[in-house]
Amino acid sequence: MEILTETLIKVQPKQTRSSKPGCDKPHIEVEKLNLYIQDNHILKNISLSIPDKSITCIIGPSGCGKTTLLRTFNRLHDDNVDVRITGKLFVDCEDIYAKDAEVTHIRKKMGLLAQRPCSLPMSILDNVVYGPRLHGIRGKHKLHEIAYHQLSAVGLWDEVKDRLKSPASKLSIGQQQRLCLARGLAVEPDIILGDEATSALDPISSKTIEELFVSLKDKYTIVLVTHTLRQAKRIADYVAFMYMGELIEFGTADQVFNNPKHKLTQEYISGGFS
Amino acid sequence: MLKGRLRKDRIARHYMLTVTILSMFVLVLIGVGLLVKSLPIIQEKGLWTLVSTSNWRPFKGDFGFASYIVSTLYVTGIAISIALPLSLLTSIYIIEYASPKILRAFSSVVDLLSGIPPVIYGVWGTLTIVPFISETLAPHFVEFSTGYSALAGGVVLAIMIIPLIISILMEVFGAVPKEMREASMSLGATKWQTVKKVVVRKSIPGIVAAVVLAISRAFGETIAVLMVCGNFTDLPKSIFDACYPLPALIANNYGEMMSVPKYESALMFAAFLLFFIIVVFNVISRIVLIQIDKRYQL
Repeated sequence: MEILTETLIKVQPKQTRSSKPGCDKPHIEVEKLNLYIQDNHILKNISLSIPDKSITCIIGPSGCGKTTLLRTFNRLHDDNVDVRITGKLFVDCEDIYAKDAEVTHIRKKMGLLAQRPCSLPMSILDNVVYGPRLHGIRGKHKLHEIAYHQLSAVGLWDEVKDRLKSPASKLSIGQQQRLCLARGLAVEPDIILGDEATSALDPISSKTIEELFVSLKDKYTIVLVTHTLRQAKRIADYVAFMYMGELIEFGTADQVFNNPKHKLTQEYISGGFS
Repeated sequence: MLKGRLRKDRIARHYMLTVTILSMFVLVLIGVGLLVKSLPIIQEKGLWTLVSTSNWRPFKGDFGFASYIVSTLYVTGIAISIALPLSLLTSIYIIEYASPKILRAFSSVVDLLSGIPPVIYGVWGTLTIVPFISETLAPHFVEFSTGYSALAGGVVLAIMIIPLIISILMEVFGAVPKEMREASMSLGATKWQTVKKVVVRKSIPGIVAAVVLAISRAFGETIAVLMVCGNFTDLPKSIFDACYPLPALIANNYGEMMSVPKYESALMFAAFLLFFIIVVFNVISRIVLIQIDKRYQL
């Protein structure tokens, strides 16, 4: 019997998500991406393919462009008129910087976790169902179900179930970050982006968030910007090292940390500079 | 050396405290002063008769303030209901949508507009708004209107307070953290959805404060309103009727006709009423703001 189930699992084809039918690329693929702010060349010719359903950490010293790169993934630079971008960035095979690309459905595919948790000015419940509501889901029962589901997924349900209607800003900062994660998950994204998502949190809260990331990586493609190397070592499957706007090295965590190819990577990892 | 510095510190603190208390005391002084001066007429007619009747025949000793109070509220109400939506949309556009270049250009235009003396708005209103109302707008609704009306007063007043509201709202919307907009947009919200559900919501206390300030200003605005509203003592029945707000009454009559008994006291009472309306209005809005803050913790 056991053998039978095992073969069954093997026979099953690799699950493809409905969001990218006929697309054989990973969720995020960057091709010769350049970004300028006014005349400053910030991101230099970056090509990167981010593996699905795993945690990729972008590391590098301050000012190397890692946050800027992360923000290009869901076009958060749109509002800044000084920013100019060339090259291609494919999300589910769609070039999101093409002229006719429509931005809201691209952003819906990604949940963003900012450096400081940013709860919206409304109740806890309304925060979680903000996304689903935007995209047309109605009905108290349905929305409540989503809230229950997502708040449970981030381990917040038991802490807030009695005060769903109270303002989200009353929560502790660690709880708010988990709320933000739940809010991001509620739009059913394929990708989670984290921009130093634990740097404003206390050690216990950041451990909770880290564990959440690890538990979520079976279902989501997770990209994290971090400047604590230890965090990257703890949770990364893949690591991208950036320096001065260039992607220096990309590989599995094991390879980058234990056997870095590039001299700069070596130096950074051994604490030569930060 | 140290003793000297400490003494200076003490003196400075006491001095500033005195000045602060004095400036707060001015409010009380004005209120009490007006009340004392208007006591004769209050004692003679009774407070309720004064504010609830609208007969105004100073020579016969009839002083009814109802039509002035109603006119004041009327003109202010019209002004704020025109000005608020326009200012909201303008400031949202400027802060959320416009390019930095437009933002800079527009900010200086707003500053300029709020620097124009009221009398110019009044003249302009007489030349354009009044004929427009009497010739074009009013014939659709009423048989006859001179154009000098509550509506004209409201429109001119609206134009005057719009720059004030816009410049406050621009500050208020600008203070909403960028991260909050990004949080909303990264969930797939359009710009309009973000503005509606996050930016405006977060700014509700600021919007209330802007409205309070604008209304307080509108209550007291005298010369521009006086020039276009007709100054006719009667309860205005429609927005095309002439009206006579409290500040106009005071400005038109103070210093004249002081020979009529009780007239000065009556005008003082008008000033006291205006003062009282503004104070009460401010207190109420302060309470509303505190309640909003308590309930939503925006």
